[in-house]
Parts: sequence; structure tokens; C-alpha cells
Amino acid sequence: MMRYLIPLFAFMILAAFLLVGLTLNPRQVPSPLIDKPAPVFQLNHLHEPEKVMASQDNLGKVWMLNVWASWCVACRDEHPLLVQLANSGIVPIYGLNYKDERTTAMQWLKRYGDPYTISIVDQDGKVGIDYGVYGVPETYVIDKKGIIRHKQIGPVTVDALQKTIIPLILELQKQV
Amino acid sequence: MKTLYMFKNYHHYDWISLRQMNKAKALILIYLLCLCIMPSIALSKEAVPVAEDPEVEKRMLALTMDLRCLVCQNESIADSRADFSNDIRREIRQQIKANKNDQEIIQFLVDRYGDFVLYNPPVKPTTVFLWFGPLALFIIGLGALVVYLRRRRVQIKEVTLSEAELKKVESLLNENKGKNV
Repeated sequence: MMRYLIPLFAFMILAAFLLVGLTLNPRQVPSPLIDKPAPVFQLNHLHEPEKVMASQDNLGKVWMLNVWASWCVACRDEHPLLVQLANSGIVPIYGLNYKDERTTAMQWLKRYGDPYTISIVDQDGKVGIDYGVYGVPETYVIDKKGIIRHKQIGPVTVDALQKTIIPLILELQKQV
Repeated sequence: MKTLYMFKNYHHYDWISLRQMNKAKALILIYLLCLCIMPSIALSKEAVPVAEDPEVEKRMLALTMDLRCLVCQNESIADSRADFSNDIRREIRQQIKANKNDQEIIQFLVDRYGDFVLYNPPVKPTTVFLWFGPLALFIIGLGALVVYLRRRRVQIKEVTLSEAELKKVESLLNENKGKNV
């Protein structure tokens, strides 16, 4: 009896592995930057190009960095949520305008709403590489000490906000 | 003109012999090959060097051959035309020009994108199964095979036949002779 059951068990174990594999998303590559200091940058503002924002300016507060572009279709999906989140005043969102045209980007924000405390411009994608950006949109939650605590790959969803991002932000804001 | 004529009649097997058909096939093939090669000859004269420094380009290509494009995950950064790969190639070129060694450049990318960017992952506790799993499975299989063969050898015992049995075997064998079984 056993000799017939062994192949069956072996097959079931293999099938279980494959089944789990089906539910995984190969596009979600875990970032090695989680719990590491956020890469430092100094970038020009989108609306006032003569102004410069440094990432260190945000030390001492929890903030979100949202990587977006006007050519990015998925950004349009998440945008209403970001506007809502910004209006709620829970957390300041900074927009990293990634490899985009300044004028189209500004038009885009005018049309769909501007949730960003400050929009900064990453024209050649250099800062994007530092942050390990490989698709747009991506969103980072950065704590008071400037450590990356969470990376949302792809559009922010209601589910992700309610279950992960907002609880995490509230938790981080309690820290000194 | 001849090829064209033969091509026209290609599906009428009764019109031309098999030999002629093969000849026609060969001619068509040569004709098509010429068509394929000619534009590339013409183009190769106009091709411009990809980068100003072939030495940098060579090193960059050697490096990116073993790096995964995170957008089109089954392509290497060297092969991929994705924007992401363009940026990484540009970044690597700049770092080569800044006299960084290969180790430093790869570490730069691993720091940002993780081991996933490597087609050749390092041996780590999380990748032990990946590296040694196949070998372990092979050894288990080999062991199972040896055990199985040993057991079978015990089961199949050499049998010695008696004189009477041998005669019986012979007569049975002769019975079938001539029947061409």
C-alpha cells in the first residue's frame, strides 16, 4: 500500500509548492532598502525650479515619497486616493516627478489635483536608481530618522492604505 | 525568372519530378537568403559606434549580461530595450568611467535592487536550497536506485536446473522451432 502512496504524497507536496507559487507576484521584488536610511537627494522643485529641496529637510517627521509621472497610466488610478490622503492631513506626501516633462507634469497636477506638499523633479532618473525604482508608481514611507519603513510597489490601493500604510504611519508618528 | 516559373508550379507534383522540385527549393532558398543578407550588408556600412569608448562598452556589456532587467524579468540588462535598462546601462557606463571596479558596480545595484538583479545569486542561507537542492535530489535518487537494485538482486536468485528439467526445456524450445514465432 505504502509504495503507491509515496508518489501520491510526493506529488501533493510538489503541487502545494506550485499552488503557492501561483499566488506570488514576481513583479513585487522586495526592496533591500527597507529599514535602511533613505538615499539623500537634493532636487529642484517642480513648480518653482529655482528652489531646491533636500531629503534631510524632512528629518523629524514621518513622510511619504510618491514616485509618479504624467506618462504613467497607473498613477492616475492611485491619484484620487493620494489627494484624499493629503486632504486628511495624516501625512505629508512629497511627489518625485520621475523622468517627465515639466510642463506636462504641471498640467497633469492641475487636472487631477495636487496632493503633494512639494513636488520635486528627477529628470534623468538618477534619484530613482538610488531608491531602487523600477516601475512607476512606487511609494515610500520614511520615518522621523530618515529610515525607509515601507515600499509600495505599484499603485496605492484602499486595501494597502487601510491595512498597512496608515497603521504604520500612525505607529511611526508615535516614535520619538 | 526560372525560380519564379518553378515556384508557380511548385504544388503540381505531376508536372515536375522530385529532383526538379529539390532544385527549385534550393533556388528559392538561395534567392530568399540573398534577400535577407542584402539589406544587412547595406545597413552595416551606416552603423555608428554605440559609445564613444569601445573599452567601456565592452566592460558594460560583460557586466550587464549577468544582470536581470527588473521590468522585463526574463531579459538581461544587456539585451533589454526597456527604459529601465537604458538607465542602468548609462549608470554603469558612468561608474566605469569613474574608475569603479566590477565588484563595486554590482554592489551598487544589489544595494538598490537586491539579489534579484543578479542572474547568478550568491550562496546564502536563503539560497542554499537553490544551489544544493538539485545535488541533494540527485544523491537521494542515486541512493534509492542502489537500494532498489540491491533488493532486486536478492529477489532474483540463480536457479540451477536438474537434468530432467533441462530436457523439458529443450523439448519445449524445439516445439516452437519451424513455427517462426
